[in-house]
Amino acid sequence: MKIELTREKVHNEFAKKVELISGQNLFACYQCGNCTAGCPVAFAMEVGPHEVIRYTLLGLEEEALAVNTFWLCASCLQCTSRCPKGIDIARVMDALRMVILRKKDRKDHIHVSEFQEGFLEKVPQIAFISGFRKFLS
Amino acid sequence: MKRLGVFICHCGVNIAGTVDVKSVAEKTGRVEDVAHSADYIYMCSEPGQQIIREAIRERGLEGVVVACCSPSMHENTFRKAVKSEGMNPYLCEIANIREQCSWVHQKEKTKATEKAEEIILATLEKVRENEKLEAISVSINRSAGVIGGGIAGMTAALDLAEGGYEVLLIEKEQALGGHMTQLSKTFPDLHPALPDLLAKAREIERHPKIDLHCYSEMEDVKGYVGNFELTIRKKATSVDWGRCNGCGLCIRDCPVEYVSPFERGLGVRKAIDLLYPGSVPQKPVIRRDHCRYFHDGSCRKCEEVCPEKAIRFDQQDERIGKKVGAIVVATGFELYPTEQLGEYGYGEIPDVIDGLALERMFSVDGPTQGRIIRPSDGTVPKEIVFIQCVASRDPDRYMPYCSRICCMYTAKQAKIYKEQVPDGQPYIFYMDIRADAKGYEEFLQKTIEEKGLLYLRGRVSRVFQDDGKVRILGVDTLTGKMVEVAADMVVLATAIVPSQGVKDLASKLRATVDRHGFLTEAHIKLYPVESSTKGIYLAGCGQSPKDISDTVSQASATASKIQALLSTDQLLQDPLIAFVDENICSGCGICVEVCPYEAREMNSRRGISVVHSALCQGCGACIAACPNFACELRNSSSVQTLRMLETFV
Repeated sequence: MKIELTREKVHNEFAKKVELISGQNLFACYQCGNCTAGCPVAFAMEVGPHEVIRYTLLGLEEEALAVNTFWLCASCLQCTSRCPKGIDIARVMDALRMVILRKKDRKDHIHVSEFQEGFLEKVPQIAFISGFRKFLS
Repeated sequence: MKRLGVFICHCGVNIAGTVDVKSVAEKTGRVEDVAHSADYIYMCSEPGQQIIREAIRERGLEGVVVACCSPSMHENTFRKAVKSEGMNPYLCEIANIREQCSWVHQKEKTKATEKAEEIILATLEKVRENEKLEAISVSINRSAGVIGGGIAGMTAALDLAEGGYEVLLIEKEQALGGHMTQLSKTFPDLHPALPDLLAKAREIERHPKIDLHCYSEMEDVKGYVGNFELTIRKKATSVDWGRCNGCGLCIRDCPVEYVSPFERGLGVRKAIDLLYPGSVPQKPVIRRDHCRYFHDGSCRKCEEVCPEKAIRFDQQDERIGKKVGAIVVATGFELYPTEQLGEYGYGEIPDVIDGLALERMFSVDGPTQGRIIRPSDGTVPKEIVFIQCVASRDPDRYMPYCSRICCMYTAKQAKIYKEQVPDGQPYIFYMDIRADAKGYEEFLQKTIEEKGLLYLRGRVSRVFQDDGKVRILGVDTLTGKMVEVAADMVVLATAIVPSQGVKDLASKLRATVDRHGFLTEAHIKLYPVESSTKGIYLAGCGQSPKDISDTVSQASATASKIQALLSTDQLLQDPLIAFVDENICSGCGICVEVCPYEAREMNSRRGISVVHSALCQGCGACIAACPNFACELRNSSSVQTLRMLETFV
């Protein structure tokens, strides 16, 4: 596949949104791969976190949002602590989730009222927090 | 019979790991005239040298063989050690059992041990016949010549002059400064290049110790370290610089304009002009290939308008002779001839330019007064592509080496561009980013982050014109995807190559160049500013690609080496040179022809050939060539050589 680069694309709305939500400068990324190297779930990801950042920077919105990378992200912050440029990559992953979740046409939100009785007591609290983050934002 | 000593070095495990040093020491100790034989882990160390000194003292040794590494490493060390005990240093010889034995025979230990013994026995044969020699003292001319008036030559010249030495500075262009005068701002501090450079140039121009010759070339050099005789050709400027007051009326009124190589084809100069505005010296030159007077005699405007009557149409090239003790070769670089590249469209597509052309655009006194515009239509480029490693790092087709400055100047140019065109986008195709000096990486990362430079890791496959744009096809290996940019302008970071004519100059100086034409240093690490010829020193990009900081450091290093050389008025030289048996020499003159150092000449009065002791390097060419066996090399006589050979066969 070929990417046609233009200055509008390099400063594309999608990348701007990700930068705005995460508060991170994607141009700062070395593409060193330290995040992917340390990610405990990278083995199951379609592409590593650093590749998602590269796609985003180049304005490849479809490719960036189609991968499972940021959905598998457990927000363990390993990548953030490893990044030599101090980019909070976990926030970038979070921002990518939010970009999708903020789209109006989604109908797969969690409805607490639909939970079965006793479910709330059984599920660990952390699962809720991440669930809310991932599915309610 | 001389009493000899043999000292065998283990060199850690370098020798002892392969050669059985103990048995070698024991065997050589049994040789009749060997009064002392010892081995030690590191002979070159202070305790090791102490062993040699004590043995000389206690055993009354009259000759020493040190079996160790190559004589180029420690011959000097051991000769000094024996000298401190009153022994003539030329009675100490090295038997090389490391490079020529243990390192190359690591798998054959027994045979290596035998070979080491033989090497030592052969060297003993040499020492038996060695004469006591004294170093040859040569008086030297305590001044230096500098070839090239760029930042390298300027720095070396100023340092030497400040050190109190007379300096002869030769520049082929009409003004000082070299390529640095073409630059706008320099990385990593973004200081304008010209003001500081011109301050230095003015200092040189009025320095009482510096004899400056611009628009001049080194035509011939004779002599040797300490005593070089230079012939300089001062090219005809057609202007009497002594009279010229630099008013510029001639330039104003000259009707001829030509496309200027200094402006990389983006601007023009008059047929009588300065090299660059505000040049040092601020004196014009008539370019005879462009001047109408020299074409058909139809114009004398400059002569008419000159208030000082300084125009000299009939001026001829002038040759002057100068004597110096040392020479700095600071001949600088050129960009790889971009028009010779089979790709990137340079020369065909007007909006494809090279890095130096962009520097001229950025310069306020340049052809666009500092504005960045497309050469084709004068509009501001909104998308600009930089291609790095153009003709560098391409051993198959162009140059195998890294040109070292391109990564940084490209980042700098992209930054300056972004500051001038905030809504523009620079794309930079690169293979690796090399930012390896103080502050460079920080500058680069800050620029990328703040200015949003898009670095694309990969090379470009096609550059072609398409609907007023320059379309670039390439790859971004980080995503593994092909990329395409419809750019307004393309800047090529072309490889650095040595200046034209360096090979000729080098052969005149008897200095060597590598296969790319860069001058070679005597030793890449230990003697990086000395050439392979004594008295010839190197500075700047003529030796290898380097940026301004490195060039200045190297030039200062060169200057300080020369100051050390010139600090005495006598120079001591190795006496291991050729000599002639006057009773045998028939005066045939064959030796004069074969000598590569012009050290042999005929004495017509006596009808024999003589050796110029200061020039002779002891190479032995004349000895091999002499049909009468009348020449010999001191301490390498044919008797010695034959006896050494007998040991081996």
